[in-house]
Amino acid sequence: MTITSILRLVGWRLLAGVGVLWGAATLTFLVLHFTPGDPAQAIVGGENAAPTPEVIAQVTAEYGLDQPWYLQYLDHLWRIVRGDLGTSYRLHTPVTQAIGEQAAATVELALAAAVIGLALALAVAVATAKRRRWIRGLAAGSELVVASTPTFWLGIVLLTVFSFGLRLFPATGSHGLASLVLPALALALPIAGVLGHVLREALEEVLDEPFIVSARTRGLADLTVRLRHALRHALMPLVTMTGYWVGALLGGAVITETLFTRQGIGRLLISAVNAKDLPVVLGVVLLSAWIYVLVNLVVDLLYLAIDPRLRPVAGVRPVAKGVS
Amino acid sequence: MKRPGVYLAAAVLVLLVLAAVAPHLFTAQDPLAVDSARTLKPPGAGHLLGTDENGRDVFSRIVYGTRTSLLLGFGAIAIALTFGGLLGLAAGLGNRLVENVIMRISDIGLAFPELLLALVVITVAGGGTSNALLAIGVAGIPGYARLVRAQTLTIRGSSYVEAAHALGLSAPRVVFRHVLPNAVKPVLILATIGVGSALVAGSALSFLGLGTPPPEPEWGSMLSTARNFISRAWWYGVFPGAAITLTVISVTVVGRALRLRSEGKSW
Amino acid sequence: MTLVKVENLRVAFGGVTAVDGVSFEIRRGECLALVGESGSGKSVTARTLVGLTGEGARVSADELTFGGQDLTRVRERGWRRIRGGRIGFVLQDALVSLDPLRKVGKEIAEVLAAHTTLSGTARTARVAELLTQVGVPEPELRAGQLPHELSGGLRQRALIATAIAGEPELVIADEPTTALDVTVQAQVLDLLAELKSKDRSLLVISHDLAVVARLADRVAVLKDGRVVEHGPTARVLSQPEHDYTKQLLRAIPAEHTKGTRLSGTGPSPAPPRRAPGEVVVRADGISKSFGGRPAVREVSFALRAGETVGIVGESGSGKTTTARIALGLTEPDAGTVEVRGQSWTGPGRRALRRDVQLVYQDTLAAFDPRYTVAKVLAEALAVAGGPRRLRRERSVELLELVGLGAQHLARRPLHLSGGQRQRVAIARALAPEPGVIVCDEPVSALDVSVQAQVLDLLEDVQRETGVAYLFISHDLGVVYHVCDRVLVMKDGRVVEEGPVETVFRAPSHPYTQELIAAIPRLTAV
Repeated sequence: MTITSILRLVGWRLLAGVGVLWGAATLTFLVLHFTPGDPAQAIVGGENAAPTPEVIAQVTAEYGLDQPWYLQYLDHLWRIVRGDLGTSYRLHTPVTQAIGEQAAATVELALAAAVIGLALALAVAVATAKRRRWIRGLAAGSELVVASTPTFWLGIVLLTVFSFGLRLFPATGSHGLASLVLPALALALPIAGVLGHVLREALEEVLDEPFIVSARTRGLADLTVRLRHALRHALMPLVTMTGYWVGALLGGAVITETLFTRQGIGRLLISAVNAKDLPVVLGVVLLSAWIYVLVNLVVDLLYLAIDPRLRPVAGVRPVAKGVS
Repeated sequence: MKRPGVYLAAAVLVLLVLAAVAPHLFTAQDPLAVDSARTLKPPGAGHLLGTDENGRDVFSRIVYGTRTSLLLGFGAIAIALTFGGLLGLAAGLGNRLVENVIMRISDIGLAFPELLLALVVITVAGGGTSNALLAIGVAGIPGYARLVRAQTLTIRGSSYVEAAHALGLSAPRVVFRHVLPNAVKPVLILATIGVGSALVAGSALSFLGLGTPPPEPEWGSMLSTARNFISRAWWYGVFPGAAITLTVISVTVVGRALRLRSEGKSW
Repeated sequence: MTLVKVENLRVAFGGVTAVDGVSFEIRRGECLALVGESGSGKSVTARTLVGLTGEGARVSADELTFGGQDLTRVRERGWRRIRGGRIGFVLQDALVSLDPLRKVGKEIAEVLAAHTTLSGTARTARVAELLTQVGVPEPELRAGQLPHELSGGLRQRALIATAIAGEPELVIADEPTTALDVTVQAQVLDLLAELKSKDRSLLVISHDLAVVARLADRVAVLKDGRVVEHGPTARVLSQPEHDYTKQLLRAIPAEHTKGTRLSGTGPSPAPPRRAPGEVVVRADGISKSFGGRPAVREVSFALRAGETVGIVGESGSGKTTTARIALGLTEPDAGTVEVRGQSWTGPGRRALRRDVQLVYQDTLAAFDPRYTVAKVLAEALAVAGGPRRLRRERSVELLELVGLGAQHLARRPLHLSGGQRQRVAIARALAPEPGVIVCDEPVSALDVSVQAQVLDLLEDVQRETGVAYLFISHDLGVVYHVCDRVLVMKDGRVVEEGPVETVFRAPSHPYTQELIAAIPRLTAV
């Protein structure tokens, strides 16, 4: 395998990513222009917004709403390429700025939850896969319960016990580590339940493989067999699910931020939905398409890192892999 | 070997469906009856699970909320399954052009978390129970389209389909006799498990104030209000959420058991 | 000097007894073979010797010793010293027995790290030595490769290297050659024979008496968890005492010419063979490439009614693609296939279909999982036409023809045994009364004695109905037994063809000579 062939693969994936972004941009255009009613009215906040005629004129000019639709479409794409996502007429700021101001808090929350969720899933799966019946039953039961618990209820339970009962952590806010603990847990646990379940099943399947028996016949310790031989194979389904859990983190962030009254893109989005602030909603949509494309690129490289058999051979075009 | 847990979960589901159809069998209290003298009372005699800020009985609101919550879960999956299934079949059985168009569009759909897609639908169409149902259903279409297509392609490539062709069966006959039934069955079973997550998504929208509006009883919207009273009334926030979790667990357990059985494994 | 002594070993999983009182011993420097079919308990016995019997196993024995050490009292830590260090283990298919994500050299070095005090660099050097010892050329290069980058033979050699890296006194080889092509199989057997020395013993597990004949000093034949016969290899093979051993010996197709019965059951005097009739399928210069790589190149053959033509070749030789083209399931890039004088590519192609049927290797995947045997046959009979009310009657006739009966109609193929499933597959193939049945490795997944029954059945059906077989197989012994004529394929080309007796007695192409010399035979002790 050569660097060129990896670069070529990255190139192909980026090209596919551009396709997804183009689709997302088109989707936002369709939403803007085919919502029932006047697009200018929709952009400034829907039928209840009561904008002044000057604002309507400004929107019409900015979005070129008096132009034929194909020119509007090209203009729409061109503005997205330039990084211009429009203006929030509710906040009176450009959408990129509004999102940028909230990004750090959401990234902090999502990263914390991702680390907790993955660590829990890995630890439980490695410790319990193919152990005695009651241990596995206990692990499977806990996974089922946490995976079935909605984030918003888990958050309420955590608040009831740890904020209002034991008074260990603050109930609201987004400053300092203490205010991060409960939201991150509420977001992480359901995801950890799902990932742990997948990982443990994969691990149990791998531990039955002949090459594991083979490794045991060489006199390796059980933990060595699990960590050195089995885990790498069991990670594949987890990587395949990356799209799912990144989505779950983003969706969950919306709920967690609302519940814990934290700063973040999720709260911004919900207030935008409530106020029918369409440019902000569509800005977040485009942002999530970006994240999806980047995450999938990372996933593809992770596949190659974990399973060398998938690495492209120089001169052979890589086979496109499903990205769900 | 059959596990008692599966029967327990199935029994819970039967009770839930019964509560959705005939809630009055489970409680004599009116879920909408306001009693300003008895607000935020803890669980006890008269009010099994306590009362809310308007003095309404939490237990009867949970019972009467079953219908809306289950409707959100099952309805959304029905939409996702019907349209996703048809698109997936078209992609799996159609020519390359049809397949590519459908799959590229569903790729774009998959680029957004389902909740986000649902929020876009609600921004455009507005909130409320039926719009929330529609939003979650639409958001689920790309996933099912992909699943059904993959399943169809697997079955199309199997030895028994090849054997049917070799016998000289016509192509439509092979599709209707062998491909369709075998492709649809596992997807239907997976959809059972999907009902749980659709239900959670539906109550999440209500929790965010975008689904079922008050005073209509619905689990998610109950939690949305309960959030303001966590410090004073733990029961108000705990029980509606427990109802959601119990429902999701039951649906998942039954769905997994069906799946194992269809794969010929023991439960 | 006894190295291993096993006395009255019993192993049970739950309530199911897998090993039911097995006794044997292995002396230093000798090779013992445990022979049996699936379910005989041979692999469980072998794994018990390294303490890896499996989850939920109950093991008991009057005596179970290795080098004087009582294995029933060994704890996990002790097992880790024995495994790899004193007993090396070779599992069957190296593709699945070597970690597919790790470099071959690392797998070998892992044993050295566990059982020797060698430093990192010394281990690297030792890995190369070991690979050389097991006959792997360019050892440094190979050590840095992944299992899938090695050929089947090299992979199996690398796996053997992991087993001998800890200098064990005993090497256990569980079906060491089952997944290999016949020429490679012979080389690996030679390598295993070399491993045996005055201080290294060998325990070989196999279903194949012919494989064992090359290697073992003594043989123990297992059936249903018991040793039914035990003795020096030459004696057991030439003068078997137990009926089961005799049955196994009779079932080896390579040792018996066409027309003799392998299973010893079924109707004895078959009706006389008919002379080959008109040409049913004619392939003329067919070629096929996949993604620029030729799979089949200019293959021609003719198949006449009532005869069996075999296509043999190792994996990747193009035999399966040839079969699929003959079936009309794959379009050739060049050349033509005619069925009774009509081209597959012409109009009326579906009407031709029923004349060419097929039987698969994987008997489970060949049936719609929702269908019962009755439905499977009804569907096939519907294609053939004929009155609907006679279908049940005709289904029973077909089942009786393949040695089953009306009682199987309501069953699902999923719940039948592998041999029974293959009988149903043959019945289905016969339903439209075809001129030809293409058999793609029809017995490769079956146990020896079941294989014998199915091969006998195919012979009976041919005598009864006059159907022609195109018989695809990697197993030369099977081809020798069932075919009238044979095509030998290599890299997509037919390198030799002719009557079976001529090709097997006097092969002219060097590749055919190599293949034939490599067939494991009972007499080649």
